[in-house]
Formats: sequence, C-alpha cells, structure tokens
Amino acid sequence: MSIYPDKNGRYGEFGGRFVPETLMSPLAEIEQAHKEAMQDPAFLEEYHHLLNEYSGRPTTVTLAGNVTEKLGGAKIYLKREDLNHTGAHKINNAIGQALLAKRMGKTKIIAETGAGQHGVATATVAAKFGMECKVFMGEEDVRRQQLNVFRMQLLGAEVIPVTSGNKTLKDATNEAMRYWVQHCEDHFYIIGSVVGPHPYPYIVREFQRVIGDEAKEQFQKIEGTLPTKVMACVGGGSNAIGMFAAFLKEKVDLVAVEAAGMGVDTDMHAATITKGTKGVLHGSLTYLLQDEFGQITEPYSISAGLDYPGIGPEHAHLASTGRVKYESVTDQEALVALELLAKEEGILAAIESAHALSSAFEHAKQMASHESILICLSGRGDKDVHTLMSHFKEEAKHEDTIQAATTK
Amino acid sequence: MKTLFKQPLQNKLFIPFITAGDPDGNATIDLAVALQEAGASAIELGIPYSDPVADGPVIQKASSRALKNGMNIVKAMKLVPEMRKKGVNIPIILFTYYNPVLQLEQESFFALLRENTIDGLLIPDIPFEESAELRQKCQEHSISFISLVAPTSSSRIKMIAENAEGFVYCVSSLGVTGVRKNFDNSITSFLDEVKQYSNVPVVVGFGVSSKEQVEELSSICDGVVVGSALVREIERLQTSLLNETTRNKAIDEFREFAKTFGSENESKEYV
Repeated sequence: MSIYPDKNGRYGEFGGRFVPETLMSPLAEIEQAHKEAMQDPAFLEEYHHLLNEYSGRPTTVTLAGNVTEKLGGAKIYLKREDLNHTGAHKINNAIGQALLAKRMGKTKIIAETGAGQHGVATATVAAKFGMECKVFMGEEDVRRQQLNVFRMQLLGAEVIPVTSGNKTLKDATNEAMRYWVQHCEDHFYIIGSVVGPHPYPYIVREFQRVIGDEAKEQFQKIEGTLPTKVMACVGGGSNAIGMFAAFLKEKVDLVAVEAAGMGVDTDMHAATITKGTKGVLHGSLTYLLQDEFGQITEPYSISAGLDYPGIGPEHAHLASTGRVKYESVTDQEALVALELLAKEEGILAAIESAHALSSAFEHAKQMASHESILICLSGRGDKDVHTLMSHFKEEAKHEDTIQAATTK
Repeated sequence: MKTLFKQPLQNKLFIPFITAGDPDGNATIDLAVALQEAGASAIELGIPYSDPVADGPVIQKASSRALKNGMNIVKAMKLVPEMRKKGVNIPIILFTYYNPVLQLEQESFFALLRENTIDGLLIPDIPFEESAELRQKCQEHSISFISLVAPTSSSRIKMIAENAEGFVYCVSSLGVTGVRKNFDNSITSFLDEVKQYSNVPVVVGFGVSSKEQVEELSSICDGVVVGSALVREIERLQTSLLNETTRNKAIDEFREFAKTFGSENESKEYV
C-alpha cells in the first residue's frame, strides 16, 4: 500500500481539497463511505464479482510478437484493458464508484467525459443499477465522438453538451461540478480520472489498481520476472496510476506519456507535466497549463481523452520525486504507432493508448532483447474510427498533392 | 483583528458584487462610485477567471467579457486607487479564485493588496481547512479574510463562524451564484445557527435579486450580497457603458437599479 495521500488528501505538496464550502461535507461523506466500503468484504466481493462477470476481467497480457520482431530490442507486452466491457479501463472505476453511490443510497449519477469512454462506462453501470444518469460533455467532444454520444443515449443517459470555453473536457468538468454543487444532496458525482478534490484521486486509484495488480501477476507467470519498463498514457492519468500502483516499490522503470499534440514547442499540446506550472484546478493542486496570471489555457490533442489542462495530483508528485518519468508524443507519432499495431498485430488501439505505444516502441529499439516493456493498452480504437478516417483521408490528399507537384 | 464595518450596525448591509473589467476598467471605476451612491456598504470586486466553478452563467459570462478585454488580477487591484480618487471610501473586498492568487508570490500579492487599499479577501475555493496560511498573512496585513458558510456546512458551521472576520457570507441555498425566485424555509434556522457563533455581521448571498427578497431576508440577517442581478444589468448596459457619450446616462440607470437594494442605506456611512 502506498502511504499517499495523507489525511489532508495531499500527495507531497499536491492534491488537497480546493472547492466551494457547499461541497466540503459531501466530500467528507464520500471519504467516510469509501473507507468503510473498502473494509467491507461484502462490498469488495460485489466489486470483484462485477469486474469478472460483467466486465470480463481478468483482461489478458498479450505479447506483441510481430511488432517486437519488426522493431528489434525489448519484448513488447500489452495489458489489454481494451478487452473490458465498454472498451476501456474506465469501467473498473465506474463500477466501483457506482457501487459506492448505491451504498450511500444515491440513485442519481452525474459524470463528465472527454472522449466519451468514461461517459459510456458510467451510463452502462447506471443502466445496470437502475440509476438516473447525466453526462456532461463539451460540445466539441460531442462532435468528435458522436458514436459514444449515441451509445450513452442508447444506455438511457442524458448527454448534456457544454458550450463554455473550448467546449472540451475541462469545460465539461466545470459544468459537472457546478451541477453537483446544486444537487449534491441526492446526486453522486462519478469522476472519471485521478483528478478532482480529495478523496477522488485516491478513490479512482484504488478502483484502477486492479490493472497493475493483475498485470504484474500475469507478467510474472509468463516471463518469470518483472518487466524492465512499465508504460502508460496520461491525460488525467487513471490508467497510468492503476498500472503503476503495483510497481511503485519494484525495481521497474515507470514511464508515462503525455499528448504533445502539434508539438510541445507550439501552443497546441496537452503536455501538462512537460510544460505546465503549479496551480489549482477542479479542486486540487497540481501541474496545469496556464498563463502567468493563473488563467487556465486550452489544451490540444487529437485524442479527446488526453485533452485536459491538468493532471492527477499523484502524477504531479511522482514527477517531482522522479519516480515516474514523463514524456510526450505528438498526434502524428501516436497515429504512426496506432497504424503499426493495427497492421502487425490486428489490434486497433484507442488514440490515447497509441501515445504510450509510440513512446514504448522508441524505447524498445534502444533496449536489449532480454528486456521487456509492459504497456497499458487503456482502450480500443472503435470510438476513434471517425477521427482516424478524416485524418488518414487528409493525409492521403496531402500525399497526392505532393506527388502531383513532384511529377509535374 | 481588523473590523470591516462599524459595529454595532446602524443599518442592514448592502454588499454588491461586480466583475473587474466588465465591460472595461473605466466602467468598473464609475460603477463602483455609483454603487456607493446607491448605498453600498462595501463592494466585492470580482477577478475574472477562466474556470469559475462557484459561479453561475451570468457571472461566468462577465468573466469572459473581462478576460477578453485583457483584465487580470494585478490590473484589477490597480482599479481600486482610481475608485478612491473618485470618492469611494467604503471597504473593497477582492473576490478571486485561488489559482490567480497562487501565481503571484505571496509577499507581492499582499503588498499589492495593501498599496491598492483593498480591505478584504474572499476566495470561494479555499475552504477553512486550506485557509490557515492565508488567514495568518491577512491578519499581518490587516486584511479581512471573509469566510463562506453553506447550508450543507452542518457540523462545520461553528468552526467557520467562530473564526469569521469582516462578515460571514452565508450561501442562501445549494448551487452556484445566480438569481433565485425564492428561498427555502430552512434558511432561518441555518442563519440562526450561524448567528449563534458569529461575532461579525451575518450576510446572505447567492440569488438575492429583488427588493422583496431583501426585505424578506432583512428580518433574519445583517445584510445581503447582490451579484448576478447587478451583473446582468451591467450586461444589458454594456454598449452604452463602453461609449463615452452614453456612459453617464448608463451609470445613472445602473445607480437607480442598484438603489433597489440599497436605497435605505443611502444616508449612512460605513467606514
């Protein structure tokens, strides 16, 4: 067990609880309910039962043999969170928090979503438990992720498009928090990543640590040892924390990969640790993309799920202590990796996860063949097909233009 | 501890909120003068912020307008001496989210508060547990650190009210700032509990938007904060406020509207 967070919800200097007074008692109630639930065998049994029987855990660990052979260097393994029900790791946390909501007697759920995976996961468990569900989603993300919007609606959730700011995840989170302030007495807010005020980053980590616990055991069974490196993508950072939790005390290199968008030397990126500064957003102290006067600036990534100007406070802490190394990968690099994995292994990764893949492929080439990298493949790419189609069409057009110009 | 208002109070407090830089800095100065003339006991000067989670749509929009005009926390503070030059002598309370404050070195932040003659500080996303350091600094610099207490505060009411400075800001009901039609009956027992522990005036805010509401609340508290209703009026008048030839008339209109909440205080002074 990690010693963080402390009783004030701090991870080193990061984290805490910076929210309007109205939410202080509801947060304390959630903290207490979670503490009791995690000590209640009946609760844990129901949680693990649902993970197994409903979500399909344990998810497998797959050797990406063709890619390994192609790149040379370290063996590449994937922890297949894409095989979960609803297509991503988000369901682990949604099941956990919905059970917590049920335990607290709440029947109305609110959630925010960027790419829509958390929204779909929440809408799914809400349907399963017969709960009312509202999902806040930026208008821009609603446009980018129409398939997921429709899925949530099919599942009976109400999707509320948010029109403020950049109309993406940050704005959806603001709106969900506002709605919660108004309805905190009978609504449970299911936060989708290791962000927000204490106890959320802690709760989400505890519900996601199943990823790392499973992966560690599975990997040891296959290779008889621990992986050399463990890697994952980070937006808010829940799949990465879930994966890393099992390896923090082991002699394993941990690498998290942020979205560099059009490049970290441009204004068009979401590389919070690489380029951010300390500040408070959505209830906790962490690294943020902001201007010198503390206005939050708009992040950019082709991946709606990484398009967030903050990062979980535990990641901020892990970065400042140097335990986890944070790198960044551009849109273009992520898509190249996505295509490689699809063509070589027959696995279509989410664009989020493709960021971790891209960086891992580069690492693998530099490593010895007896070494290995375990990557969290956080979700599958079905939801991104529209984005991928328009991207590759544009690229083809671009290549045609170049070809036409050079053959003249 | 510094007191913000002369005590005992001779009249009910009227504390208006406006956003610095909405629709521009010069208008903010004139609006502050008008508010004092309309009987304001103090002014909450809002720092525009990109992510105002405690605010409703009216103030959020005002923030966006002000940010587009290039307003920021340092420029906003510098408006206060300009207000003083035009005769504003009531307390000015800086209303800001925590992040803009964090980006300034603490010493320079407090130096700015002092040199710009700001009397109080209100940060809606700093709960009591996170406030110790700022509270201490405020005391050293004779700035009142205003605390909020909410209907959900329950067992926290005593702790917050006993430590309150300047006034206790009671959130009328669940939710963000913005106009409400009526208040829940439980507000009376909530305010009674706050009064029981508080040594400073007990003021109600969030949703106070009409003379009737002010009258209704007057019997159970020491005053009101009015925000969204005034900001909405500024939004309505923004074009005239930005035009030099029509500004004075717009200010007159605003003053008359503000008197809805403060006219009975007009002859009184709180220093």
